[in-house]
Amino acid sequence: MSRRPYIRPMSNTTWYLSNGRYRRYMLREVTCLLVGFYCFLAVWALAVLATGSPERWEGFLRSQQNAAMIAVHAVALIYYLIYMTFDWFKLAPKAMPVQLGERKVSDRSIILAHYVAWAALTAFVAWLAGVIP
Amino acid sequence: MELEVLRYDPEQDTEPHFQSYSVPCEDDWAILDALNHVKENIDTTLSYRWSCHMMVCGSCGMMVNGEPSLTCKTFIRDLPDHVRIEPLANLPIERDLVVVLDDPMEKMHRARPWIIRQDDPPPPDQEYTQSRAALYKFKQYTMCVNCMCCYAACPQYGLDQSFIGPAALALAHRYNLDSRDQGKSLRLDILADHDGVWDCSFVGACSEVCPKSVDPAAAIQQMKVDGAIEWWKQKLSGSKS
Amino acid sequence: MSIARKAVVWGLFAAGGTISAFLFPALIGLFLLVAIGAVPPGLEYDSIFAFASNWAGKFALFLVISLSLWHAAHRLRVVFHDFGVRKDKAVANAVYLVAAVGTLLTAFYLYRI
Repeated sequence: MSRRPYIRPMSNTTWYLSNGRYRRYMLREVTCLLVGFYCFLAVWALAVLATGSPERWEGFLRSQQNAAMIAVHAVALIYYLIYMTFDWFKLAPKAMPVQLGERKVSDRSIILAHYVAWAALTAFVAWLAGVIP
Repeated sequence: MELEVLRYDPEQDTEPHFQSYSVPCEDDWAILDALNHVKENIDTTLSYRWSCHMMVCGSCGMMVNGEPSLTCKTFIRDLPDHVRIEPLANLPIERDLVVVLDDPMEKMHRARPWIIRQDDPPPPDQEYTQSRAALYKFKQYTMCVNCMCCYAACPQYGLDQSFIGPAALALAHRYNLDSRDQGKSLRLDILADHDGVWDCSFVGACSEVCPKSVDPAAAIQQMKVDGAIEWWKQKLSGSKS
Repeated sequence: MSIARKAVVWGLFAAGGTISAFLFPALIGLFLLVAIGAVPPGLEYDSIFAFASNWAGKFALFLVISLSLWHAAHRLRVVFHDFGVRKDKAVANAVYLVAAVGTLLTAFYLYRI
């Protein structure tokens, strides 16, 4: 009996197209580009602020005010919420098991706690920014 | 129903190829029953592993319509009339539906799957005491039947077989969480090495396909947390680098 | 065998991911409001300058931006690997360099404010 195991090839570059689970994983992972993009905008904003010039700050704000940026931020917000924030909350309970006595706190409770915290933090930021009084 | 099975004869074939069988099925059959019917009545040359037929031995793992599954647990009534059966993905094919399991098996050993003590164990006439709460901390990770469906589902293992993989890490975590065990640092040194835990990118496919709900993905993330904390502990206590 | 340095970057990745998961929707929302012309009062020059002038504000901004940068960097490294780019060392050095530069710039600008 001769052994000749066969190794099935797997594409380095297109493997994630082969099923829905893998495709959703890639859609989740590319949100890092959004995180990077908004970090870049934030650092740019800090750079403008650091010039100490109100006119430059006004200029920066106005440079954001066009249809393209509205579309970018609107699409980014929705994509980010779905594929980053909500996915992150779904995965969080896996990394932080909580056991009370003999019962494990359910994943759903931990995810719910995340949503509550997120709503509170968002409200806090909105209040800090003067969006809500 | 129609079974399309991937065949491979190492003595004759250069490549695997599909072969179709028409199988008259009972309503309550699992895929394994259909395969047994093929072997007994249609084609005795078909090779595959199976044993208990009750989801405890882990032998009958295969790809059913592209999904890693225990064929004794995958029922005809839940599937379309045309089913594709292939050996578990990401592993070399030995023959027909039999895969080479040497690599995952070696990795299970790397997890040091036994109680490791620093102190002495209790004297022979006494036992370890462990409360129910302490048992429940790790019980789900004891349920693994070594079917390797998780290795078939994990794309990181598929892309690079040097990754230690879900089942081995879940097994290590089972011992790290066991109150009788004192070997967490040792296991982390082995498993939080550069081919270990960090190669996991939390795709989560392993936990989704696990037929015993072991949730290896959760074990791995917890082990990453443990590994990160342990790294700082070792740095701050100046013991290892 | 010993715990790889990847443990450190993973820690930064996890912290940055948590922070950006919770806070970035609000941040994007603020940018959206600016873009449609409804600039929130807190983003007018005097308010935001005051916020970034006090040490609590500096600390918060630094933490949020730098940890999120490290999160994005590490994740991008994994994304490159997943897309088939097999030069992990080069990719890692590149992305972490960008994160480090971003962190330094953030600290520098905050110091100037």
